[in-house]
Order: sequence, then structure tokens, then C-alpha cells
Amino acid sequence: MSSSSPAQLKKTPLNATHRARGARMVEFGGWDMPVEYSGITDEHLAVRTRAGLFDVSHMGEIELAGPGALEAVQWVTSNDASRLAVGQIQYSALTTDTGTFVDDLLVYRMGPEHYLFVVNAGNIMKDHEWIAAKVHGHGDVSVVNSSSRYALLALQGPASQAILQTLTGVDLAAIKYYWFATGEVASIRATISRTGYTGEDGFEVFVPPASAERLWTSVLAAGRDAGLIPCGLGARDTLRLEAAMRLCGSDMDDQTSVLEAGLGWIVGWKKHGFLGAERLREQKSGALARKLVPFEMKERAIARHGHPVVADGRAVGVVTSGTQTPYLKKAIGFAMVPLEMSALGTPLEIDIRGRKARAEVVAEPFYKRASKA
Amino acid sequence: MYPADLKYTRDHEWVRLQGGEAAVGITDFAQRQLGDIVYVELPEIGRQVKQGEVFGTIESVKAVSELFSPVSGEVLAINADLAAHPESVNAKPHEAWMIRLRPSAPAEANTLLDAQAYTEIAK
Repeated sequence: MSSSSPAQLKKTPLNATHRARGARMVEFGGWDMPVEYSGITDEHLAVRTRAGLFDVSHMGEIELAGPGALEAVQWVTSNDASRLAVGQIQYSALTTDTGTFVDDLLVYRMGPEHYLFVVNAGNIMKDHEWIAAKVHGHGDVSVVNSSSRYALLALQGPASQAILQTLTGVDLAAIKYYWFATGEVASIRATISRTGYTGEDGFEVFVPPASAERLWTSVLAAGRDAGLIPCGLGARDTLRLEAAMRLCGSDMDDQTSVLEAGLGWIVGWKKHGFLGAERLREQKSGALARKLVPFEMKERAIARHGHPVVADGRAVGVVTSGTQTPYLKKAIGFAMVPLEMSALGTPLEIDIRGRKARAEVVAEPFYKRASKA
Repeated sequence: MYPADLKYTRDHEWVRLQGGEAAVGITDFAQRQLGDIVYVELPEIGRQVKQGEVFGTIESVKAVSELFSPVSGEVLAINADLAAHPESVNAKPHEAWMIRLRPSAPAEANTLLDAQAYTEIAK
């Protein structure tokens, strides 16, 4: 079933731990990763109701530092990084000259002249080369691929804060959503970020690779009584889709503009220009032809990535993500459709292996956690 | 592990031949490969299926797989419980039948694997 042998794949520092604990492993973006431990449904529900622990060390880290760091970050990413205080994070896009995606990423402001990008595993080399080439003439900055210096664990779910607080002196309640702090977790030097890819409260913890196994074991032990379980990439995918978070490479790529992906909110319209800004401005003022929309199936069927959206017997769009979600128990997904079919409530017809099935454009997110306030 | 009163295909279906009928399901190996099953699409009652022909699809959260009929025959019944409880295929794979057929070529059963031979494949 798998085309690559494990020996050819990259491994996180926790690879042997996953195998020893009985995770089912798959290839993802050139990495040998756990797809599930106890099962996608079980893990998905644990994150929605208690907590789950993910190894996401395959994600890449690229750092930009120097007096021109902000100018460089502003040029290669779509969001307005000048709005970031030190310790703050934003979701953004690494854009091509035409406003399409090289990758999507999180931008961390580590210091006054120091930014860290967290990028997708399969794109690390491409992103690094792209950034290094494009910042030329846009700021005195050095660009370093520091991915091998970090292991990354994601603790996600409503019990996350209570679990992690038992292992650190850092006041976690004081870390707001999309902010980070540094300190020790289980006596390991760590960057603790209140972020995640599940739609649930939680933390992502960066530690040196040599300490990854100790952190993994410590967090699982600390969360045992609270019902914390280890999770794989399968649940990570169903959780992110339920929260209507896009997956770069599946929902959008270098043929999809930031606006077509429905991500106008990560474009810094007021800032002084960035790669692809002109094209995005044209699209904003009326030249947008298609858009990514969230949909829900209106009959018993599951649309999957690649299934055509049809109208009058011809393909007019395509499903970019789709699954049956374990928490909402609905078949949902994203589809790229012509702009005139993107309004809320628009009926869609999806060709599922030759059978036409009814769907409807709905509001996003599909799932939103109850606010604490 | 694999019941001796069932016959098996290389595509990981099982068939129980009893009283002139053939009940069909998927094996424990198949359900483990698929993971959490969320949907089973089954044929119309009365449809004629041939040995090796696709009679339905089964979907887990992550994957879709076709269901191949172990023998030829007419579909007499489908397991309607699977619409509400597809997870019973994970829980009891060798009891959660999907369709019952009236076999039209009983000799086809000789081309299927017994439990011992199937155990060798399902590794």
C-alpha cells in the first residue's frame, strides 16, 4: 500500500517511541509519521472533550533575523507583521508574485529584529530557498532553516492548560491565544505557544530534539488522569477540517490565490506592498472568479479530495477536502467553486464515483468551541 | 482468529455459506486496515452480482474501499443496521454481514480460501 519504504523517509525524534507504542505509521510529506494510535474517532473525540497529544516535529522552522527582518517579512508574507508585538503570532501566507500560495505559515515575533516561521513539512526546502531568493534587496536579513533544532509537540483540548500547568512554572493562563512565552516544561527549555490546528484550546511546545521523548512521556503521564491520549495525523486532519482550517497542498497551492482560498483576513491591505499584492488588489476590486467554500452533504455520502462539483452535466469546481467528521457526525468539506456558486445556502452537486450527491454551501467554521468568557 | 466456517477472498471479504444462502462481510484484517468505518453503501435487493464484481463501497474516516462479491448470485437482503451503526464492522467484523445472496454457481466456493490459507495472506 505504501510506495516509500520507511528507510527513505525522514523521522522525527519520536519515531521509535511511536512505533514502540503501537501507532500505525504512514508516509506524510516525506516523513514517516503516526496516522493513528487508538483510532481517528477516539482521538478526535478526546481532543474535543479532554485532551490529545500530537508529535508535529515534522513541521519546519525558518528564522529571519537582522536589522531588516521586518522589511523582509513584510515583503514575502501577505499579513501585516508590523502589527506583531514581541511574543505574538499571526497566521499568514508565503505568496508568489501572483498572490498564490508558496505555503501557509505561522509568523512568530521572537525579538525586535527576529521572526520565526513555522511552515509545512513537505515545503521546508522549497520555502527556505524561496525566501532566501526573494528577500534580496528587501532588508538586511539572514534567513536560516533551523528545523533540525526543534521538536514540536501539540497538546490540544479543553484540559490542555490544566495538564501542562503541572509541568511548568510559566503562568499559562497569562498566555493569550496566538501568543507565546518561553520557560521550562518538565525541566526542559521550551517555547510555549497558545496555538493549534484543531479548533480547540491548546499549546504547541518547541523543545530541543534530544528532549522530545522526555517531554512526550512527561506530558502523557501528567495528563493520564484527565484522559489525555496520544494522537496521530488522521485526527489532526479531521479536527482541522471541522474547525474549517485550510490544509496547504490540499485546499490551496501555487495555483490558488489568498483571496480565492477565502483568506482575505490574512492580507495586510494597508502595508506598503508585498509579493503578489497587485494581483490580489485586482481580485479584491472585482476580478475574483472562484472561491473556496465550506459545504455540508445533504444526503448520505462522503465527498473526498478531487471529486468534481458539477452543474448542468459538466465539472465546474472540485472538492479540496472532505470527510465524515467524528464529532459533528456530518459529511463536510471544502470545494473550489465559481464565485456565483459561493453564496451561503447555494446547492451544490458533487460527483462521487459516478453518483451525483447533493451538498450545500454552509458557514464556517463547521465547529466552534464554546468561548470561555 | 479467522473462523473456520467462513471462506475468504484475496480482497479480504468473507462469505458464510449456509442453508442455500451466502452472507458476505469484510475480514478483521480489512477493518483494521481501514480504521474507523463511517459509511457502508450497499446494493439494491434483487440485483444480480457476479463473483469478483463490486457490490458496494465501504468508507472509513480516511479511506474508501470497494466491496467485491465472493460468489455470484442474487441479492436477497442487505444489513440495514449498518446505516445507523457502521462501527459494528470494526467491533465484530466476522458477524457484521453486509449482504445475503442466493448463490447461482455454488461451485465458485471452491475457488475461495479457507481460514488457514487466508491467515497467511492477512499478515
